[in-house]
Amino acid sequence: MPTMNMIQALNSALDVMLERDPDVLLFGEDIGYFGGVFRVTDGLQAKHGKTRCFDTPIAEGGIIGAAIGMGAYGLRPVAEIQFVDYILPAYDQLVSEAARLRYRSGGEFWAPITVRSPYGGGIFGGQTHSQSPEALFAHVVGLKTVIPSNPYDAKGLLISSIEDDDPVIFMEPKRIYNGPFNGRHDEQLKSWAGDPTAEVPEGHYTVPLGKAAIVREGKEATVLAYGTMVHVAKAGIEDSGVDAELIDLRSIVPLDIETITASVARTGRCVILHEATRFAGFGGELSALIQERCFWALKAPIARVAGWDTPYPHAFELDYLPGPGRLAAALLKVMED
Amino acid sequence: MRNDASFSLHIPEPDARPGGIPDFSHLHLQPAGATARPAPDTSGIALRDLPFSFVRVLDEDARAVGPWAPAIPVETMLRGLRAMMLTRIFDDRMFRAHRQGKTSFYMKSTGEEAIPVAQSLLLGAGDMCFPTYRVLGWLMARDYPLHDLVNQIFSNEKDPLHGRQLPILYSARAYGFYSLSGNLGSRMNHAVGWAMASAYKNDDKLALAYVGDGTTAEGDFHEALTFASVYHAPAILCITNNQWAISSYSGFAGAQEAPLGARAVGYGLPGLRVDGNDFLAIWAATQWAIERARANMGATLIEFVTYRVAGHSTSDDPTKYRPSDEANHFPLGDPLDRLKRHLVTLGHWDEERHAALTHELDGQVRAAMKDGEAIGTLGKSKPPVSEMFEGVFKKPDWRVIEQRREMGV
Ligand SMILES: Cc1ncc(C[n+]2csc(CCOP(=O)(O)OP(=O)(O)O)c2C)c(N)n1
Ligand SMILES: [Mg+2]
Repeated sequence: MPTMNMIQALNSALDVMLERDPDVLLFGEDIGYFGGVFRVTDGLQAKHGKTRCFDTPIAEGGIIGAAIGMGAYGLRPVAEIQFVDYILPAYDQLVSEAARLRYRSGGEFWAPITVRSPYGGGIFGGQTHSQSPEALFAHVVGLKTVIPSNPYDAKGLLISSIEDDDPVIFMEPKRIYNGPFNGRHDEQLKSWAGDPTAEVPEGHYTVPLGKAAIVREGKEATVLAYGTMVHVAKAGIEDSGVDAELIDLRSIVPLDIETITASVARTGRCVILHEATRFAGFGGELSALIQERCFWALKAPIARVAGWDTPYPHAFELDYLPGPGRLAAALLKVMED
Repeated sequence: MRNDASFSLHIPEPDARPGGIPDFSHLHLQPAGATARPAPDTSGIALRDLPFSFVRVLDEDARAVGPWAPAIPVETMLRGLRAMMLTRIFDDRMFRAHRQGKTSFYMKSTGEEAIPVAQSLLLGAGDMCFPTYRVLGWLMARDYPLHDLVNQIFSNEKDPLHGRQLPILYSARAYGFYSLSGNLGSRMNHAVGWAMASAYKNDDKLALAYVGDGTTAEGDFHEALTFASVYHAPAILCITNNQWAISSYSGFAGAQEAPLGARAVGYGLPGLRVDGNDFLAIWAATQWAIERARANMGATLIEFVTYRVAGHSTSDDPTKYRPSDEANHFPLGDPLDRLKRHLVTLGHWDEERHAALTHELDGQVRAAMKDGEAIGTLGKSKPPVSEMFEGVFKKPDWRVIEQRREMGV
């Protein structure tokens, strides 16, 4: 089986879908001839033709609005937003249009669109190349939000997203496009080669939306994470010495509530980890759900480890992004309680 | 005409890709002096054709010709030349500093220096520029301290923006330079609002805003034009059409269907299309827009035709998507060289003085870099971590207070 990094796995998913379904087409800023600023669509225009993978004007509202129109016609558009920080000009299209088209039209129209976009910190990208706005999407009923943490999942989840008949925001953790950094932000990148999740089948396969993965089994506590933070969690659990179960949510909507509650019911302790700012972050929703469903099993208050409640600060990136140290401290704290 | 049409989807394609022969004939550039100069208080309808013509002053021999030729004091032109040279030298040094790991990011404005330099010299101290990341010349023309630039770029302890912002996204209120952000286009409306406030207060301050060719596709650009038109806002709205938006040529902003300056027509604004590599033409066009605004006739849209000589940023390799020698084929030459030749032609400048000034400016840049390096480069020095929590609100709320305590800073 070929070894792929996250970029190659995503490219392969898009290639497979362009090959299989003539109604799939890709567009976004700089994704055509050039192949995208992160090279995710490299070679796809040359292989599949200019009308299957092409550049757009710099107008995110236009990109997603046009995708909705194409989707309503019957196509399966896959739009790229160059950085998820730049999706906000299209927020109205997502919230008021894509998310509600099926509902308000009595099922006459719907938007089977996929919006791919790199998210997250760790590349010294400053305020507008680092954010994690998943909570802004999760709050909108009618949108699905998917966040892979490794190449195998990235390909399988992207294919599922494209084949899904509802709008999906597919957030790609750019920090680990080229390699799992073993969760330690200040260390050298290690390539995906050799990692079992980098063994990616060449053809079509899916990873279902709404099915979390248990990355590590454990008895003493449950750690919930997604995207880049899955790798931080692995390192933090190791450092803490706590026998924690690590769950990679893979998609936050749909949310695999069964896997989460079953785990917390067993361990009685939970730490939630995300890089987005803490206040009203997705961790708040997870915490409320667990409290509602597992209250009597809890041995300690649920803890959240998240980005600080400030805009993303360029020079302080390593102070800002949650690292293994903060997760380990939170785990030790819930063990004390 | 068939009425059983079967359509085909049009995807624009530039004239030349890597290995091809660059061709700029689609720009339809007219020679210097060819375009008439209407009086600045001419009513809108009579100005309709203007953005389809071309304002150009310096001819092939670097002489100022035609009705747009402005009267600029020699001293001012020399200041302009100096600021353009300083910008170019600074850009080159900082680009190399990035390659050496001293900063996380840099963007050059090579080939486009004349636009912000001329406009910075022409606008007043109370006017406000709403910049893009490619108008460093504005600050250079106003003698913004090189140390502050270097420290911001190195994100070190003396960074005037306290380590909070990406390198080169400056803010310099005292120099008439509004806070930059990474989001394209979103400050165009701020410029119009600022100009509306100036009008509301019966003040005399102008706003000047820039967007790139690619950014004219954003909704913000069109909203700003509507507001500027409706309220006769005293604003000068500028498009720096450098032909490229990362790897997308200006055809993806619709520039092949109509000149970008002609966007003005539908909004009932005057639009000018100007040689952006011609210091004198930039000056003349801006002066025209200023006079018009001062006569309470509102905003002007100006398209500056120029060329992005460098890659988009330190993250970009332009040879992947355009012919590597395309810059040499761009028909408007180099702005710095053209102003220099003009001054030489007038007898106010020569090669010796030019070489001496290059040497002097390079020394200034190197000295500022050295001082910045002594304080520290990226990752080697940064402002106190407590700065991360400052300035979210005017008064910190309990969240940042608690989190700061949790971090122990
Ligand atoms: C809202 C938004 N969308 C996308 C980007 C990513 N991006 C940064 S610069 C750029 C190209 C801009 O081109 P242009 O407006 O022509 O300006 P130039 O860089 O040529 O000066 C793009 C797409 C962004 N910064 N902001
Ligand atoms: Mg451009």
